[in-house]
Amino acid sequence: MDENLKAALGQAERVLGRKPEWLGFRKVREVSTTRYVRDGHPQANHSSLSEGVMVEVLENGQFGYAATTRTDSESLVMAAQKARIHASQGSRYPIHRFTVAQRPTVQGEFESNFGKSIPSAGELNDLLVEICRKLDRPGPSTQNAPRPKMIRRSALFETVDTEVQFVSSNGSDARQNTRQLVGWFQATAQAGDVVQKRSDERCGQGGWERFNTPDLWNRVERVAEEALELTQAEDCPSEKLDLVLMPDQMMLQIHESIGHPLELDRILGDERNYAGWSFVKKEDFGSFVYGSPLMNVTFDPGVAGELASYAFDDNGMASTREYLIKDGILVRPLGGVESQARSGLPGVANSRACLWNRPPIDRMANLNLEPGNDSLAEIIASVDRGVLMKTNRSWSIDDFRNKFQFGCEYAKLIENGKLTRTLKNANYRGITAPFWRSLKKVGDPSTVEIFGATNCGKGEPNQSIRVGHSSPVCLFKNVEIFGGAS
Amino acid sequence: MKTSLVPAIDRDYFEDLSKRAIGALGPNEHLFLVLEAECSQFVRFNQGVRQTGVIDDASLEVTLVLESSPGVLKRASREISLSGISYQDREAIREAVGVLRAEVPALPQDPFAELPKNPGSSMTTKTGNLLATESVPAKILDAVGNSVDLAGIYAAGPVIRGMANSARLVHWFSSEFFSFDYSLYTPAQRAVKGVYGGSEWNDDEFRRSISSALQKLKLLERQPRKIGRGSYRTFLEPAAVGALIEMFSWGAIGESSIRQGESPLRRLRGGEKKLSPRFSLAEDFSGGQTPRFNQVGELAPEKLILIDKGELAHSLVSSRSSKEYGVSGNAAEMDEVLRAPAVEHGTLEQSEVLGRLGTGLHISNLHYLNWSDQNGGRITGMTRYACFWIENGKIVAPIENMRFDDSIFQLFGSNLEDLTRGCEFLPQTGTYDKRSVGGIWVPGMLVSGMQFTL
Repeated sequence: MDENLKAALGQAERVLGRKPEWLGFRKVREVSTTRYVRDGHPQANHSSLSEGVMVEVLENGQFGYAATTRTDSESLVMAAQKARIHASQGSRYPIHRFTVAQRPTVQGEFESNFGKSIPSAGELNDLLVEICRKLDRPGPSTQNAPRPKMIRRSALFETVDTEVQFVSSNGSDARQNTRQLVGWFQATAQAGDVVQKRSDERCGQGGWERFNTPDLWNRVERVAEEALELTQAEDCPSEKLDLVLMPDQMMLQIHESIGHPLELDRILGDERNYAGWSFVKKEDFGSFVYGSPLMNVTFDPGVAGELASYAFDDNGMASTREYLIKDGILVRPLGGVESQARSGLPGVANSRACLWNRPPIDRMANLNLEPGNDSLAEIIASVDRGVLMKTNRSWSIDDFRNKFQFGCEYAKLIENGKLTRTLKNANYRGITAPFWRSLKKVGDPSTVEIFGATNCGKGEPNQSIRVGHSSPVCLFKNVEIFGGAS
Repeated sequence: MKTSLVPAIDRDYFEDLSKRAIGALGPNEHLFLVLEAECSQFVRFNQGVRQTGVIDDASLEVTLVLESSPGVLKRASREISLSGISYQDREAIREAVGVLRAEVPALPQDPFAELPKNPGSSMTTKTGNLLATESVPAKILDAVGNSVDLAGIYAAGPVIRGMANSARLVHWFSSEFFSFDYSLYTPAQRAVKGVYGGSEWNDDEFRRSISSALQKLKLLERQPRKIGRGSYRTFLEPAAVGALIEMFSWGAIGESSIRQGESPLRRLRGGEKKLSPRFSLAEDFSGGQTPRFNQVGELAPEKLILIDKGELAHSLVSSRSSKEYGVSGNAAEMDEVLRAPAVEHGTLEQSEVLGRLGTGLHISNLHYLNWSDQNGGRITGMTRYACFWIENGKIVAPIENMRFDDSIFQLFGSNLEDLTRGCEFLPQTGTYDKRSVGGIWVPGMLVSGMQFTL
């Protein structure tokens, strides 16, 4: 523990004179690295070290904050004085009279699995260059058509090491250390006028083994082959069909059409000037039929290896696994301690800030669709005519989180229970609740994969944060599917 | 010690840090330094005050280029937090250079890296007249009134951008400004969007902004109409056009995206497609709201025509793309995005908009845009805020939000009937990582058809 932070807290309490209702310091030190190679040449070898303290004061039932890069005691005392002024002014126009109950006392430590050590900068660059080299291959000769060629090869590896220390006037003294990483590569192929991309991404908490899996080079080969294959593929048909979504697209479907609409701050209207609000209403919890009975969704920051695993959130609430949707019924929102107090609803430990320089707001953490009973083969065999889609490439949804349209990099036609032709420019659209009610099969644990979103944006001021999603393969019935511009 | 960050980090302070860092370089080492700093007040409203506070933040990106042998450059960068306390910041820079110095020799050659140049330094300082910190909640909420449902964010304070390199170049840009990005709501949750921003707070102008939004809000109390799928004549207000123009920054107008097969605008270069002769787009820095210098210290031309009467006149070309593709650069940022976009106005008078539209849709804002088929130039997104169904030049009813999916070659091409004679300046209100600077000059746009799909 950094005793200096606790000492500064004590000093601030003394200097502030009349004791504030609550005072807290959240110190964050985040070290990130980005290694990016395109077409065999380094594009970025970047690292960053961001360090600062978020000081929060509760005064007259209102929280005010002051964040600073200056971490010495004198500066933190000044920050506390500023935060108090903001709290005091804001308290004349409260939306809720908060109490110290919205900053529960938390003590302890959490450290994610750091796994195998990350290779050096030089070794990483060599590997990323080699991935680009292996992605670079000519396509097969074609009759009466331009021969496909690879026009762009990219590979990236990022790490984010975060240390958070949280101390407060009501006895919180806690620390969390995590390592998050992202590995990604992509091939862009062209044949005549047709340009198609295929990519592979792995993300989560852990070490080098999360990216450098035993099948890494098979994954590289598959991405190259499928990019070339897509240039020769026919366009996705435009009709209502059964839709099989693989976990790397389910991730996006869960994120946009479950995660965001269940954020309680959106339901309470905080986000309506920016990210939007939600079709879900406070009175819906406990009764609203969100999806088919096969739909079970959990909030679980306890899943080792998923991107957003932690022991407590940035307001000090201890994290527990909770069902948000049980057997298709909406049961609990994604709301932290402040939203819980405002709404009277139960919630989860999801008050999260992207860094020291932003206040916590309701976020997703690990938001997972629980597995069902069908294997991938059984799911495909059950489809007379449909499309299987992989890997998100386009996403858009309205501000109430109803009307969505998503596109995927790679698709296969399913005919009479078998995968047949490859399809390019595969898209689908729908409306959230009817779509989830059309969920007809949920894959068994063998189909589950862990992915995540590394740039989930919301909040004013804006915050981009990393969240995890695990999902099995899923089958949806009678979905509006369509192809590309031509 | 100055008690706040931005007064502490002024041009002299930055230049002193730079000189010391450059003075400590070894043989064949070169340095770029990019500074971003702000002291920002944020007040977030949701009827009352939801969150309120201040953020003092400063960071410095240190890029070390090693010329390991003649013409062979290796490069890495490290961003660090600055405190505005001299001895701490000097030590932090020394550590950062040490980290880079240890890393760079093992990296592969970067054939597109640049050595520092010094074509001339620049300095822009804009002071503002902002609201007193403690008066913000009262000033805003009292003006709006208790009976109006408001959500929004007030952001204000000084913002700094600086750049220096080991060729002794120093660029400096500092600006004090504010923005109040807000929306007002009817009881049925229909909303009007407004942005009031600038460097001089003016009570009368602010009240006019609110008053204008309130007038529009009354129209939203009418019974909404559900519009079926199909193609409709559509008038897009400047904010909606601005959202479409932002897509040009997302893998479209940059030279690298054209060369790498990503951009639909490559079809313009090949002559395969043309946009409307009524559509022209430029980067225009003449307003001074945005720094003209980029991360390597190049100064962009004051005005650069990108789309000229429907034809691709220039792409945005960074120094890296210039080297990679052997073309002239135009001082674009490394990610080749628009920094000071300005769309050429048309001939449509504001008073004639509804009459010229006749029957169709009047769209105030678009939301959550994305390429649905980037290669084909197709964009999808949603209508948002005050959007209306118009019949025979009269506002009939607000519409329920709709999804569009259409091609830029239609919207800015064959379907573009006219643009308004007047342009609006829409300030950037984004605050990811830091407060954005600048904005976009854009007119409204009338199109003969826009495809709505859900």
